[in-house]
This record gives sequence, C-alpha cells and structure tokens, in this order.
Amino acid sequence: MSTVELEAPRSPGAPRGAAQAAPRGRRISLGDPIFQGLATACGLALAVAMFGLTGVLVYNSWPAISGLGTSVLTTVAWSPVDHQYGALAALAGTFLSTLVAMVIAVPLALVIALLLVELVHPAVARVVGTAIEMLAAIPSIIFGMVGIFVIVPFIQDRFVPWLLTTPLGSLPGIKPGAQFQGGGLSIFTAGVVLAFMVLPFITAVSRDVLRMVPQVTKEAGYGMGSTTWEVMHKISLRYANSGIVGAVFIGLGRALGETMAVAFLIGSVYTSIPRSLFDPGTSIASLIANTFSEATDKIQVSALIELGLILFLITVVFQILAQVWLRRVQRSTGGRA
Amino acid sequence: MKTSARSWRLILLVAAALAIAATALTAAGCGGSSNTDAGGTPAPAISGFTPQPMSADTILGAGASFPAPLYMKWGSDYNGVSGVKLNYQSIGSGGGISAIEAKTVDFGASDAPLEQAELEANGLAQFPMVVGGDVLVVNLDGVADGQLKLTPDLVGGIFMGTVTTWNDPAIVKLNPGVQLPSTKINVVHRSDGSGTTWIFTHYLTDAAGSIWTAGADKEIAWPVGVGGKGNEGVAASVQQLSGSIGYVEYAYAKQTGMTTTQLQNKDGQWVKPSIASFAAAAANADWKASLPSMYMVLVNQPGAETWPITGASFILMQKDQADAARGKAALEFFNWGYTSGADGATALDYVAIPVGVYDLVQKQVWPTITMSGTPVWP
Amino acid sequence: MNAVTDVRAAPPRRRSIARRKATDLVVKVLSWIGAWFGIAVMAFIVYEVVRRGAGALNWAFFTQPTPQDVTSTAGGFANAIVGTLVITGVAALMAIPTGFLGGIYLAEFGRNGRIATGVRMIANVVMGVPSIIVGVFAFATIVKPVQHYSGFAGSVALAFIMLPVMARTTEDILNLVPNEIRESGLAMGAPRWKVTLGVVCKAARGGLITGATLAIVRVAGETAPLLFTALSSPYWMEGLFGPGGFFGGPVANLTKTIYDFSGSPYPHWQELAWGGALVIIIAVLGMNILVRLLFQRGKQW
Repeated sequence: MSTVELEAPRSPGAPRGAAQAAPRGRRISLGDPIFQGLATACGLALAVAMFGLTGVLVYNSWPAISGLGTSVLTTVAWSPVDHQYGALAALAGTFLSTLVAMVIAVPLALVIALLLVELVHPAVARVVGTAIEMLAAIPSIIFGMVGIFVIVPFIQDRFVPWLLTTPLGSLPGIKPGAQFQGGGLSIFTAGVVLAFMVLPFITAVSRDVLRMVPQVTKEAGYGMGSTTWEVMHKISLRYANSGIVGAVFIGLGRALGETMAVAFLIGSVYTSIPRSLFDPGTSIASLIANTFSEATDKIQVSALIELGLILFLITVVFQILAQVWLRRVQRSTGGRA
Repeated sequence: MKTSARSWRLILLVAAALAIAATALTAAGCGGSSNTDAGGTPAPAISGFTPQPMSADTILGAGASFPAPLYMKWGSDYNGVSGVKLNYQSIGSGGGISAIEAKTVDFGASDAPLEQAELEANGLAQFPMVVGGDVLVVNLDGVADGQLKLTPDLVGGIFMGTVTTWNDPAIVKLNPGVQLPSTKINVVHRSDGSGTTWIFTHYLTDAAGSIWTAGADKEIAWPVGVGGKGNEGVAASVQQLSGSIGYVEYAYAKQTGMTTTQLQNKDGQWVKPSIASFAAAAANADWKASLPSMYMVLVNQPGAETWPITGASFILMQKDQADAARGKAALEFFNWGYTSGADGATALDYVAIPVGVYDLVQKQVWPTITMSGTPVWP
Repeated sequence: MNAVTDVRAAPPRRRSIARRKATDLVVKVLSWIGAWFGIAVMAFIVYEVVRRGAGALNWAFFTQPTPQDVTSTAGGFANAIVGTLVITGVAALMAIPTGFLGGIYLAEFGRNGRIATGVRMIANVVMGVPSIIVGVFAFATIVKPVQHYSGFAGSVALAFIMLPVMARTTEDILNLVPNEIRESGLAMGAPRWKVTLGVVCKAARGGLITGATLAIVRVAGETAPLLFTALSSPYWMEGLFGPGGFFGGPVANLTKTIYDFSGSPYPHWQELAWGGALVIIIAVLGMNILVRLLFQRGKQW
C-alpha cells in the first residue's frame, strides 16, 4: 500500500495531475502518473486512429482527386474499361435511397416513441422499448437476406404491378424510367429495408429524449384541458425538438454508410441516374463493395477511395451536426454536457 | 479490500500485457514475415510474402466464377487425394486478374484471357484449364427447360433494350405454342468485372453485330438491366425476379434446375446447351497457334452441333515465384486437374482440356514459371 | 402556450372541442397502426430468419466446414463460426482494454478539458464511420503492404470500430457513478489509480461488462470490414503464420460466408446461410438479454 497523500477535492474543471505532496508524507505514488499517462495515451489513441484513417484515405485518393478533378462528382459515365470514373449515379443513389429510408423511418419512429412515452402502460413500454433496442443490434446482412428472399419478390410481383395501375403510378419519380426492371431490385426496395434498419435507433433515442420532458410541464398542459395529441405536439415535441433532430441525424449517418443490405437490393446499375424510385441504381458504399477487389487500374482504385473519402466526410458532417443538436438537449435539461 | 486491490492490479497488469502482446503481434504480422526465412531459402524477391519452406499445404486462388463450381469441386477432391487444400475465392475474372497482379494469391483465374502485351507487362504466365458454356436462363412460368428459342439478333435486342416484352412479335413467331406473357423482359447482367460477360459480349458482337453496339469486355456500360455479383448473383437474381433473363455458366443453370433456352448457332442449327455442344466448339481451337499467350476466343464457332457461347477459362500465375514450394504445389494441383480431373469436369458439364493441349502447356508454359531462374515444375 | 391561452380566453372559436377530440383520436389511431406496423415488420424479420434457418441447425452444421462441392449436400458452418469467434476475440483483445482506459481518461482525467472534449467529439464521429471505409483502410494499411489477406487484418478493422464505442460507453457508465464514491475513496488516502479502478469501476462493474459485451456482439455481425481483409475460406484456420493461419491468409468467418452463400443460387447453400443468420440472431439477442438480466443497471445501448 503506497504512502498516504492528500488530494485536492474533486471539482469540475479543476486541473488534475499527480498527487501533490502533503505536509506530512512526501513520497508520490508512482502508480498515479503511470495510470494517468496510460489512460491519456489510450484516449489520444482515438484521435490518432481518426487522423490515421483520414490521412490514409486522402493519400490514396490523391491520384484521383488530382487526375480526375471534379469529373468524379459531376459525370455519370462509370466505365473502368474506358477509364471513365463518373460517380454521379452513385451519389444520386445514395441520396435517394437514404431519402426514402428517412421518409419512412422518421414518422414511424416518432409515432412509436410517442406511443411508448404517452399512450401505453409503463410496463408494456419497457418491454417494447427493450425489444426495439435489441432489434437495433441485428446485423445488416440479415436485413439484406430477408430483403432479397422476401421483399424483392413481393415488390416485383405484387406491389409494383398494383401501384402502376393506380393514379400514383404516373407521378414523376414513381413512373418507371428507362432503366426500370420491375422494381424488385431498386432504390425503393433498398430504401424500405434501410428504413427498418435505422428505425430502432431513431425510436430509441426519440423515446429517451421524449422521456426527458418534465412531467410538470406536461401536466400543466393536461390540466388546462389539452388533449394528448396537443400536449404531444405543442409541448413534448417542441421540448424534445433538438434531441429528435439529433436522433434523425444519427439514423441518417447510418443509412448513408450502409453497405451490405443496399448492395443486395439496389440493382447495381452504375451508369445512369434513376428517374424513378423503382429504377435500379447504386450507392457509394455498394459500388465500393462490388468493384473494389477487382480494380486493377490505379486510378480506379484511387477513384473508389476518393468516393469512400467523400462518404466519410458526409457522415462526419452529419455526426457533428447530430452531436451539436443533441448537446443542446442536454444543456437545456441541465444534464452534464 | 486487499483481495480486490490485488485483483485490480492483476487486471491492469494483464491488460497492459495484452496490449503489449497485441502490439508485438502487429509488428510481427505486418513486417516481420519479410525478414524471417527458415530452411536457408534465399530471401524472397517480393517482400512480405510469407515463405513456406516445407511443402505448401494450402493454395490460394481467386477469380472467375465461371469455373468456380469445378475448381471448388476439384479442390475438395484433391484434398482427399493429397491433403493439400485449395482455397478458391469466386470474385470474378476482374478480381482474379487484380489479385494475381497484386500478388495476393498463388493463382488467378479469368475467362477473359490477357493479351501477350499485358502478360509481359505484369510478368504473368497464362494457360487454359477448362472449357465451358454460357447459357441464357429465364424465369418464366409455363416455359420448360430448353423450350424457348432465341436468335442472336433477339438476344442482342433484349440486352440492348430494344426488345422489351416477352410477347414481342419476333419472339412469338419463333416460338409458336409457348406461353409468353405480355410483361416486360427484366434483364440481369453482371455488376462486377466478369469473364463470363467477356465471353457473352464477344458472342453478341460477333453474331449480332448490327444490333449489339455496346462493345465486348469484362465490364461494359449496359444499356439496360440490373447487376448481380458473380455468376452466383446473376443466377440468384433470375431466380428471384419473375420475367427475367440472364446469362450464366451452364453449371449454375443445370445444378439449380433453372430454365435454359435454345440458341441458333452460326450454322443456323438450333442447339441446346450440353457438354457435347461445348466440346464441338472447343474442337475448333488451334491452341498451338495461340502460344505463347494462349489467348483464345471460342464464341460463334462453325459446326452443326456447336454451342455458340462457349469459352475457355484460364489460369494466371506469376512467372517469377517468390516461393518455389507454393508455385510447385499450385502446378501439382493443375497437373492433377489435367490428368485426373476429367470425371469431375464432366460431372459438372465442363469440357476437359485435351491431352495434346495439356502437353503443350506443360512443355511451353510451365517452364516459364520459375524462382530465381529455376523452373518450379517438375 | 398558445393552445392553452386560446382555450381559456374565449369560447370555442376556430377549433371546437369536438374537433380537437377528433384530431386526438385520429392521431392515436394512426399511432397505434404505425407502431404495430413497425413492430410487426421487425418481428417478421426475426420470424423469417427463425423459420428458414431452424432447419439448417443440425449436428453437421456445427461440426463440418463450409461446403465447396455444389453437387453435394454435405457441409456445415463450423469453421466460419470458429473463425468469427477468433477474429472478434482478437479484435476485442485489442480494443477493449484500450477503449476502457480511453473512457477512463475521458471520465476521470480529461473531463471538460479541451483535449478531452476534442477526443470525445472524435470518438463520436468515428463511431459513425461506415464500416466499408474501415475495411478499405485496413486493406490499404495491412493487406496491401504484405500482399496477403489475413484474419488479423479483419481483426484490426473490427477493433477500429470497437474502440470508440468502448471508450464512450465506459465514459458514460463512469459518469453515472456519484462523486461521493470517488471522494470517499480519496479521503481514505488511496491513490488515484486505486480509487478509479478499485472503487469507481467496481461500482460500475455491471454497466462496464454490459458495454463491453454489447460492443463485441455488435462488431461480430459486421460484414463490410471483412470483405477485403479476412476474405473467406472453406477450411479450418490452422496456426498463425502459414497460408492457412491467422496472420498468413484468409480466415473463414460467419458474415462473409453468409454473404457469399445467400447470394448463390444453390438451395443447400442458401439454407446454410439462413442457419448462419439464425446463429447470429440468437447470439446477438441472447447476449443482449443475458447482460441485461445479469446486470440490471447496464447501459441501454
């Protein structure tokens, strides 16, 4: 057991270092500097890993950035044989599939979260809430499998033929484009499956945030005669606004980077921008997954890594935005920022 | 309290030890392998390749999905005979070429043969291993296997997107009595760099050149259709999407009971895919003239029985081997394939390479595979 | 609140009570429908995996390696399961201690300082990096220089993903421990490191174990990082440095094999893939339930 020392009492923000020599004992415990050093090193390892990742990506994508310039982002012709690397189709597909996913997932998530917080018995809410959190852990490959064996035939054989007979079927964006191949493998299918992959996350965070709305405020609303819906949307949702936006950004980040399920379901058409939700397309992540291992041309490898870098930067931006929004919630509720 | 203090110290020690061990293993795994070489073999010419001075017991190959069912079957048969393991990863011809050029595998497999210039630029040796056929598979209710007839022009039109429905007059005229729906033809092609695509597009360019204008290569800009990964993915997609058509190597269709079509060959005869029709096409090949690269295209061959979309599948190896034992192990496997693998090939409807060609390969190509100048075979 | 003042100040004007009640009812009904739909789909996914995969889980599944011969119906998933255990285990060895100590730094030492805030932000950001990018990174740094695939490269990619999760989880758990506990430990004269490890961590033990387990389980289901690193293999892993070894060559793993088999047209292989998917779901859900049951005060996710 090491020498007795006195330490400054713990207070927020107070600088902490090795133990100061007390009036009586003069030996400094060696364990402390080692321990703190080790812990700091591990903490910094995170930063090092991040910068390493960014550095490697930038270094490897430099040939494409300098050689191809903006053509990677602005042209549609992805043709390795002709040494053309326009990835606009991949960007469009990433954006569109994520949009479909968010449009489906966010309202559903909010509705489920509201239900859990306001409308059901707390015991039921606990069970269902736990179930949803566990579902968040299901790996994406499983969504891809259920997608291709169950959802694809359903959309191709039942849903799309029916939809095309309704007036909805002639709306722009739904009306089949030139690349339409039945709609089974399409932006829509990928988006639907993506929606259910991000649903648990957004639901869980929204529910947590909605639970933080002070009971007193809600009761004040009820006391005035507001209906449940009015309390929900005029009080709870406004209160939890930032947190929900943060949750949506987290889900967005996950949908953008999702690889396996999308690779299975999006149709892998690299050379044209989808004109309809039911056209096949591609996404950045699935383009990389499909073509990376066979890229012999150095520029092609570099172009793919450049796309990876772009995806990385997009997810970084969204993550930062999510953190900013979520921190607002913590500040406003007095939590530790 | 003393017990738990000691146990926490222990935990910290263990964690630190693990961290150090992990770092050490990282260093060993990444860089150390280039330094150590046991058994007195000279330092490998290619840094980082783990030397195996004892006879290699695992061969790593990657590439075409066209011959993959055969190579994998051969692998498990050969394992039973010799104890040597073949790990063959079906990643497409493009992936095979990429992997062997990056030297991350012992051999690459590609149905799109490389021309002599590219072989020389990358120091590769190339030889044919087996011949197979691409077939068209369809997912149509009420159509039996081998019932639907398609001309080259029709196939070209379907894959160009000019023939869009199954009850197109041209298809109906060819196929009286076949129930053809009025639905759209859903096209499935490859999403990865593929030798199967190379063979198929060479066929379309040759046989339907006035209609097919999208070129011939491992990867092209497909006018229509969704992409599947590997022959496996195309077959799986056609299985899932009703009203679809795709092109796969015959084994994928036969082993899964999918519906194939008849094609009209160069002589105007209607043929069904079979090992006999592939062999008839392969019989026309002049392998001697194709040396040293052994580049060969077998599509649209003359003959009454020939299958028009036949192709050979090739093996690519580095001419300069880093490790003689691994190079030899790979060639021993191929030797076994040539001499004892014919039954396995026939079982999966691949045509084995004739003895004469095997002779050529053994005498002309394998001696170029050397380590420090000495051929690794025999 | 506007709604409140409106209702109080004047008799029902634009929005009658009946109308508000109707809106409320409609919303409630829609909520129930929406919630049931969302939950039903999730349950359906689990159901489908169970239904299609249960038939594949027999003795052969857990003892035979993955099949190569498409003409036979032999084969199992055993080498893939073992491979995933090894790859994930090594990744955990690398990431858990480092992440744990990093979390301690964030919670105990750095706290609100500038460096710690920066590290915390970086950790949050890295957690959101798509796993395919991590796979490409591991390929560029480990596979390409040594010119061979390896299970180790896969472990590095997985460790990269696990590290920030572990650090942030540790930090969040430790932040829940009341300051009084730290202060009483320090007041007794114990050195800092002893208080942190022996007192604070012990108090948070349940949450920490939960966090570590969930981080491992989450990473075990990843496919994309292994696509260009560990690849796959139909054989058992053997040894460390040979071509079949952990550092020397591709290693069979559950997720890549499921990806390959489910994208194949052979019914037997597809069935095996469903079996593998069921194994993953059982492991993931099972571990989640287990840690929650054992450590009640565990972190939520």
